[in-house]
Amino acid sequence: MNTFLAFIRKEFKHIFRDKRTLIILFGMPIVQVLLFGFAITTEIKDGKMAILDLAKNTESQQYINKITSSGYFILEENLQNYSQIEESFKKGTIKIALVIPPTFAKDLGTSKSSAVQVIADASDPNMANMLTGYLSGLTNSFALEKSLINKIPINIESKMLYNPENKSVFMFVPGVMTIILMLVSAMMTSITVAKEKEIGTMEILLVSPLKPGVIIIGKVIPYLALSLFNAFTILTLGFLVFGMPMEGSRILLFLEILLFIISSLSLGILISTISKTQQTAMMISLMGLMLPTILLSGFIFPVESMPEILQIISNVIPAKWFIIIIKSIMLKGVGIGVLWKETLILLVTSLFFIVMSIKKFKIRLE
Amino acid sequence: MNKVIEVENLTRAYGDFKAVDNISFDVKKGEIFGFLGANGAGKTTAMKMLTGILEPTSGKGKVAGFDIKTQRNQLKYKIGYMSQKFSLYEDLTLKENVKFYGGIYGLDNKTIVERTNLMIERLGLENIEDTLISEIPLGWKQKIAFSVATIHQPEIVFLDEPTSGVDPITRRQFWDLIYQATEEGITVFVTTHYMDEAEYCDRISMMVQGRIEAMGTLEELLTKHNAKDMNEVFLKLAR
Repeated sequence: MNTFLAFIRKEFKHIFRDKRTLIILFGMPIVQVLLFGFAITTEIKDGKMAILDLAKNTESQQYINKITSSGYFILEENLQNYSQIEESFKKGTIKIALVIPPTFAKDLGTSKSSAVQVIADASDPNMANMLTGYLSGLTNSFALEKSLINKIPINIESKMLYNPENKSVFMFVPGVMTIILMLVSAMMTSITVAKEKEIGTMEILLVSPLKPGVIIIGKVIPYLALSLFNAFTILTLGFLVFGMPMEGSRILLFLEILLFIISSLSLGILISTISKTQQTAMMISLMGLMLPTILLSGFIFPVESMPEILQIISNVIPAKWFIIIIKSIMLKGVGIGVLWKETLILLVTSLFFIVMSIKKFKIRLE
Repeated sequence: MNKVIEVENLTRAYGDFKAVDNISFDVKKGEIFGFLGANGAGKTTAMKMLTGILEPTSGKGKVAGFDIKTQRNQLKYKIGYMSQKFSLYEDLTLKENVKFYGGIYGLDNKTIVERTNLMIERLGLENIEDTLISEIPLGWKQKIAFSVATIHQPEIVFLDEPTSGVDPITRRQFWDLIYQATEEGITVFVTTHYMDEAEYCDRISMMVQGRIEAMGTLEELLTKHNAKDMNEVFLKLAR
């Protein structure tokens, strides 16, 4: 036990004496959550637009007012003719242009339908899609207000469950937590083991009476503690700053987080057994772990809209299941009865990685 | 006859290549045994088998009375090891390094403090006991690494090219430290590729391409191969 404590104490000293490690460990979670929470949102506000109003009457004015007061658009320019539209797009001052035809008012209220033209800058396809979406929504509701027939046969009343305000931060907090836990657990562990190999201390440890298992657990425990601390920080920020809901069981959330950390730690050990230097360990972690995790976990890009082959690959990424679990617990408040499948997958992959890394670690000793 | 290392027909093969090819030798208690050979002759592989971190392909070996295949756990408490990289943690202080290595050999705190103080006094390190290893000059690091490798008072200490990359004066001082250890009854097994260091050893074995080509005291080897120094012996054997 004394031996073990000596090892753990040493590991913590390594961590607390390395400024770079400290910044990654304690600075990054906070910065990332705030960055994703505030700066990067999927909803677009103040989309810059230009309007070519060829009707120039009360109705068109009302229509324009409705759009500009929605908060989604800022009227950047009032255009006089068609040729100016492309000019403005090329200058980059606007993202979307709206052309109101001269017949606008006349058509309103008659059975003849009226058409307005929307031109969007699709060099940024996401933004273009969203802005056109907002604009058609606003246009429909304006048309409804002006319509003589006050009732249309089918009316959609949509309700956004579990995230009524459509806040993207609810997506990002679990995502950022996943990435950070992966980074701290897998990357940092693999680097610290590789470091011992690089500076030659690993040989000394292997010659010493320390059992390989003790070396691994001694390496892993500090990072387990720090990962838990990071998860706590991120969740606290999510609750306090962004008002994340917590519908489900805290204990279940804790256990799932623990499970994910363990699976990442064993991945880290696995990586360290195949890399001789810190640099290799870092490259493998970044390219082989972080990149697929960020791209395929559904954190940023929805898995459902990926090509089928990527969807299949995404199934072997623990982070995908973890994000589903976290969101379900926090936003929907579901329990293990619903999440048993995802949890089982995480459990099995963790066990697989643990067995693999122990095997690999032993082979290296022989 | 008090043998602390007994090796019989020890072999380590990687596929067809035999890194260590059927070597046999004994080392007596309190001896300085020089394990000489060019880079890649198989010295480190042999040492790894003796320290229990590499499984021999065939052959037998006993170190400090324990079998290197079946009694590795007991064996490990009886040996010390210093690698060519000196293997101290650069971001820990001298005292912290000693405390850590003492700790993993299961020494209690009192013993660790006693031995640390003794070591600091002996090496005259009073001023740098709380300095980070990264700020300590190379020659000192090497002496500290040696003291750390013997902190648990092993029966045998294995030194893997301990003097590579160190200036001649520091090398000389380092050998003084080795002599001191043997006076306390520690057996020293040292690999080197500096042929002139052979004269510091009680007995020498010369390894060429995985085999021990010559073994004996310095005088024995010189007369047998009709050479004036070890360099000449080495060149004759390696040819």
